[in-house]
Amino acid sequence: MQTTVSLWPLIGVAVIIAGFLLRFNPMLVVAAAAVVTSYAAHFPIEKVLASIGSGFVKTRNLPLILLLPLAVIGLLERHGLREHAQAWISKIQSATVGRLLIVYLLLRELTAAVGLTGLGGHPQMVRPLLAPMAEGAAEKRYGKISDAIRYKLRAFAAATDNVGLFFGEDIFVAFGAIVLMTTFLHEAGIDVAPLHVAVWGIPTAICAFVIHSVRLYLLDKKLDRELGHPVKNTAASAESATTTGEQA
Amino acid sequence: MILSITYLYWLVGIILLITSGMILTDSSHPKRLLSGGFWFIYAIIFLIGDILPPALVGALVIVMAVIAGFGGVLAAKAKTLPDEIRKASAARLGNRLFVPALTIPIVTVIGTLLASHLIIGGTPLLDPKNVTLVAFGVGCVVAVVLACLITRDSPVQATKESRRLIEALGWAVVLPQMLGMLGLVFSDAGVGKAVAQIVTTTINMDTRLVAVIVYCVGMALFTVIMGNGFAAFPVMTGGVGVPILVGVHHANPAIMVAIGMFSGYCGTLLTPMAANFNIIPAALLELPDKNAVIKVQVPTALGILVANIILLYAFM
Repeated sequence: MQTTVSLWPLIGVAVIIAGFLLRFNPMLVVAAAAVVTSYAAHFPIEKVLASIGSGFVKTRNLPLILLLPLAVIGLLERHGLREHAQAWISKIQSATVGRLLIVYLLLRELTAAVGLTGLGGHPQMVRPLLAPMAEGAAEKRYGKISDAIRYKLRAFAAATDNVGLFFGEDIFVAFGAIVLMTTFLHEAGIDVAPLHVAVWGIPTAICAFVIHSVRLYLLDKKLDRELGHPVKNTAASAESATTTGEQA
Repeated sequence: MILSITYLYWLVGIILLITSGMILTDSSHPKRLLSGGFWFIYAIIFLIGDILPPALVGALVIVMAVIAGFGGVLAAKAKTLPDEIRKASAARLGNRLFVPALTIPIVTVIGTLLASHLIIGGTPLLDPKNVTLVAFGVGCVVAVVLACLITRDSPVQATKESRRLIEALGWAVVLPQMLGMLGLVFSDAGVGKAVAQIVTTTINMDTRLVAVIVYCVGMALFTVIMGNGFAAFPVMTGGVGVPILVGVHHANPAIMVAIGMFSGYCGTLLTPMAANFNIIPAALLELPDKNAVIKVQVPTALGILVANIILLYAFM
């Protein structure tokens, strides 16, 4: 080959894509991809295992945020936290799924932008509070909802947390990604101020908020269409929904 | 430092060890030995993973993957209180139930903000490299204590609930770490260089717009493969961004990297490889379709990607 870069390690990417498409168990697919990739890079078998082992030990910080809150969340759920979150939201007359999630999106994005990424998250915020509230808001408006709708609302709650976090945190100057970017450019012989990079994240952050909010607003419209008109206050809520639309 | 992240690893190790012990002694469990063994191995890696030889840890990881891959990790039938009792308890405790749940984020934020002032006898209280995570861990411990006080339940019940949720999540708990490991293996083996090589030799990027699209879409696609924008960034920025966008088309580097990274995040919204953001919430929220969160995110991600291309083209 004329190229100095070996293309063989790409076979690991092929294993991943094939594995996910054929719906093998992801744990097995990832393990197989790691073995195949290191083998293709001509690592001896012991180095293959060692690079898997040291990679796994280095990434032990990843599941902490998932595993540590489970005890408290489980205990609170046993004593009715989710039921209470649903009851609490149903006291707010103007609450709809879309409006609830738009407010959450805004708060999540703004707090992440000032570095407070710990205020949200799937185990500690979405499962015990946000998802039950979204379900509660829908049940208050439309009565009983089907499982398919329930799952869709939960998925939207999880997605809203992700969008708010991703497109907020990159505006925070001290965030790791900004450090990564400026360090990389510095090594390539280009010096930029971290603040400059952070500021140029703002246009995309605004676009992300607008795009996802429009989708949440359309979700409200879709629920109204599919589940019939709200149980009560039809005229009032239709009017305020238009106002939300203009703001979005 | 006084509170290092290692203590959190030990704490998780102990929680997993208790979980595995509960499963191994549960005679009604459908896969007692395999499931118990799976969580036992995981506990060992948290407790002493850094002093075991890496090759042995690698072998243990493969064993875990095989147990999970052939359906060995199943959950016992969950023991929860009946609906009426939970509703009655919710009515009785009311907003007090929110207190422990909100304690976790509040302690995390306070810890993060005050970390630089919390110095006892010259040593920082919280591990300076992992302030947020350690503050989060402290928040979780405080929250368990508060939850026990408010609900008048016991720490033993808290560990039982923890086991119930760990089992409900199943092997998905381990997936983010497996993918993180794969990312490191990929970069060791030079996967990034190979991708950059293919992109730069097959696409003609003399036109400004084509170069912008290749950079933004490339960031997104490569993040889809790696599951992480941070892994895609050096490859695409080193391969396309700096030599072509800055070198040939005179882009402003600050704008390029800011929007490039965000294009990577669009990829994160689209991929099962970003397990902690996409697959774990599906498991946590008990969704039957493991890709349900990704499906909801697709239109938002594609919309933001198009916005990024327009922004970068207009402002660079």
